[in-house]
Amino acid sequence: MIYEASPIAIAIFLIFVAFVLGLSFYFAKQTKSASSYFAAGGTIHWAVNGIAFAGDYLSAASFLGICGMIAFYGYDGFLYSIGYLSGWIVALFVVAEPMKRMGKFTFTDALDSKFNSKKIQLMAAISTLVVSMFYLIPQMVGAGALVTPLLGLPHWMGVVMVGAIVIFIVATAGMTSTTYVQFIKGALLIVFSTILAIYLLANGLNLNPGEDYHQFKTIEVKVDGANVTAIAGSEYSLAGQIKVKNHQFVQLQKGGVNSWWHLNGEQLEEAVSIVTQADGIKLYNGEPKEKRKFFSVGHASKIVVDGKEVDKSGPLGPFSFLTTIENSEIVLFAKSGFTHEGNKVALWYQKPTSGTKIMRPGLKFKIDKGSDFMSKLNFISLMLALFFGTAALPHILIRYYTVPSQKDARKSTIVAIAAIGFFYILTLYLGLGAMLNGVIDVESSNMSAPLLAKYFGIGLFSIISAIAFATVLGTVSGLIVAASGAVAHDLMDNFLDIKMTDNQKVKAGKIAAVVVGGIAILLGISFKGMNVSFLVGWAFAVAASANLPAILMLLFWKKTTAKGIAYSIGVGMVSALGIILVSPSMFVRYGLDPMTAPLGLNNPGIISIPLSFITIIVVSLLTQKDNANLKEIV
Amino acid sequence: MGHGPAVKLEKDYASPAKTKLGVKLFFVYLTIYVGFVVINTINPQIMEMRMFLGLNLAVVYGFGLIILAIVMGLVYNHICTGYENKMNKPQEKKEIEQ
Repeated sequence: MIYEASPIAIAIFLIFVAFVLGLSFYFAKQTKSASSYFAAGGTIHWAVNGIAFAGDYLSAASFLGICGMIAFYGYDGFLYSIGYLSGWIVALFVVAEPMKRMGKFTFTDALDSKFNSKKIQLMAAISTLVVSMFYLIPQMVGAGALVTPLLGLPHWMGVVMVGAIVIFIVATAGMTSTTYVQFIKGALLIVFSTILAIYLLANGLNLNPGEDYHQFKTIEVKVDGANVTAIAGSEYSLAGQIKVKNHQFVQLQKGGVNSWWHLNGEQLEEAVSIVTQADGIKLYNGEPKEKRKFFSVGHASKIVVDGKEVDKSGPLGPFSFLTTIENSEIVLFAKSGFTHEGNKVALWYQKPTSGTKIMRPGLKFKIDKGSDFMSKLNFISLMLALFFGTAALPHILIRYYTVPSQKDARKSTIVAIAAIGFFYILTLYLGLGAMLNGVIDVESSNMSAPLLAKYFGIGLFSIISAIAFATVLGTVSGLIVAASGAVAHDLMDNFLDIKMTDNQKVKAGKIAAVVVGGIAILLGISFKGMNVSFLVGWAFAVAASANLPAILMLLFWKKTTAKGIAYSIGVGMVSALGIILVSPSMFVRYGLDPMTAPLGLNNPGIISIPLSFITIIVVSLLTQKDNANLKEIV
Repeated sequence: MGHGPAVKLEKDYASPAKTKLGVKLFFVYLTIYVGFVVINTINPQIMEMRMFLGLNLAVVYGFGLIILAIVMGLVYNHICTGYENKMNKPQEKKEIEQ
C-alpha cells in the first residue's frame, strides 16, 4: 500500500511518547530496590494490575494480527481470540494464587521454591529468554510496520524508535513504569476500540463503501476451452494469459499499461496485482508506485436485510450486524502467485463468499472440505497451544508479583479476563468492519484495524494508530522486564551466585534490559515482513510445552523432582523448537517445497506438550531419592 | 538465594479449598472448550446452525466461551472470598492449626 504521514497522527503519537517518558522519569526516583525494579514493590492495586495485564497481553498480535486475520478470513481469525482468552482460565483457576505464593520476581522463583536447584534456575531462565525473544520479534516487526503509515518513516526507524523508548522506560523505573504504561495503553485500547465499533455499527453495511472506493470492472469475453480468445469492445487488448491451479488469469493492455484479470465463466473480473520485473522494479496494478494506482479493497456484493436485497443496511445493532453479514455475500480477495514472461506476479482476485461461510470456521484452517488428518491435527494443536500457553508466558506470570496478596492476584486476573474478553469480542466487529469497508491492504493484513479507523476520519485513525504503537510499547516493556529478570535475578544472582547488593541487582537488571532491548531491535529489523501473529502462535506453543507441564506437575504431583522439572523444560522447549524448524511453514521460508517437510505440523503443541509431561513423570519417578527432606508446598 | 514472595504474605488457610474449587471449575471450562474444538474439527458445518436472535452456533459458542470465562471468574472469586473470610478469621485459624 501507499501511505501518507498524518500530522495529527504524529502529534498524538509524540504527546503519548512524551507522557510515557515523563512517567518513567517520575517513577525512576522511587525505584531504588530490586523489589521495586522487578516487581514494583508488590504494591500495585489489583484493579490497576488487571488492566495492566490487559495492556501487557493485548499485543500487536491481538490488535493488529487478529483484526487483520478476521478481515481476510472471517471467523477463523476469531478462533485466536477465543483461544487466547480461554487460556486465562488456566491462569485464574490453577496458576494465579500459587504463583503469587511461591515466587518473588520471576516464574523461575516459583518453580524453584521447593528445590533450590541450579538445573531449574538455568533451564527456566533459558526458557524465559527464548519465549520472550519469540514474542519480542513480532512486536518489533509490528512497530516497524506501523511507523510507515503513521509517521512516514522506514521500517527500521520504527523498530529503533520503539526499542529506544522501551529501553528508556524499563531501564529508568523497571516494573513500576512498565505497569502504568501498560495500564494506560490497555485502557485506551479498549475505550477507543469500543468507539470504533460504535462508529461501525452506526454506519452499517453499504454496497459502495465510499465515494472514492475503486469500482471493479468486468469485461465480456469469448472462451475456447480454458483460454480467452476475444474481448468485447476495443478498449483493451489481450497481452497474455496463464492457468494457475484451475484459475485462468489474463493480462490485458490499455494505453501501454498492463493489468491482470481473473476469468469467471465468460467474464473477466479486474484483479489487484504487484508485478516485480526482472530488473527489480515493482509495478502496482501495472504502474510505478508514485502513480498511486494501488488501492485498498473489501466490499459486500449482496446485502440482505429482512429477506430483501438492499444497497445499504442503515445503522445496525451488535447482533443484527452479525446476522446481516451471515445473510449477505462478501467479496474476499484470494492470493495467487506465478511467473509470467520473466516477471514475478503477485495477484489478488475477487472471490465472492457467502456470509454463512465467513461467519464460521473453515476459510483459513483446513478443517472443512479438502481437509485431511494432518490439517485437522494442526488445528487441534494450535487450539491446544493457545489454551495452555497463556498461563506459561513469563512476562504475564511476573505480573503476579506486583500485587500485595494472593487475593489481589486472583482479583486482578478476573479484571484482566473481563477487559481482554470484551476487547476480543470487539475484534470480530473490527475485523469484519475492515472486510466490508474497502480498507484492506492486500499486501499486509496487519493494518486492517487502523485503516478501518481511517475510514471514519483522520482524527480517529491518528488516535488508533498512536494506541497501536503504544500497544507495542506496553508489551515490549513487559517482555524486556521478564528477560531482564531472567538474566539479572535467575542467572546472575541465583544460578551463578554472584553476590550483589540490592543496588547492584537493580543496575544488573538495567544493563540486561539495555542488552535485551538492543538484541530485540536487531531481530526486529532482520525479520521485517514477517506476519505479526505468526511468531506469537509459536511463542505460545514453546511456553505451553516448556513451562506449563512443570508448573502444573509441581502444583499437583508430590513426586515431582527438580531434575524432572529441568528435563521437562528442556525437552518441551527443544521439541517445540525442533518441530517448528522442520515445519512446512519454515520450509516455505527456507525456499523449499513445504510438501517435503518431514512433519506436516505447523503447530508443535500436540506433540511437544505431552512429551514434556511424559518427561517430567518419567524423570521424577527415576529420581525420587532426590526428594528426601524437601519442604511441603501447600 | 532470592526466592519467596516479594512482599510478606500471611498464611492462607483457605488455600486448599480454593485449589480444589479452581481445579473443578477448570475441568468444567476445559470440557466446554474441548467441545468447541471437537465440533469444529469433526463437522464445522454444524457451526452454521442458527441458534437465537438469528446468530449461528459459531458466534453463540465463541461469545459464550468468552462470557462464560468472565462469569465463572466472578463466581470463583465470590466463593473464594467466602472461604477466606471464614477460614482466615483469627478464631478459625486456631481451629485449623489445631
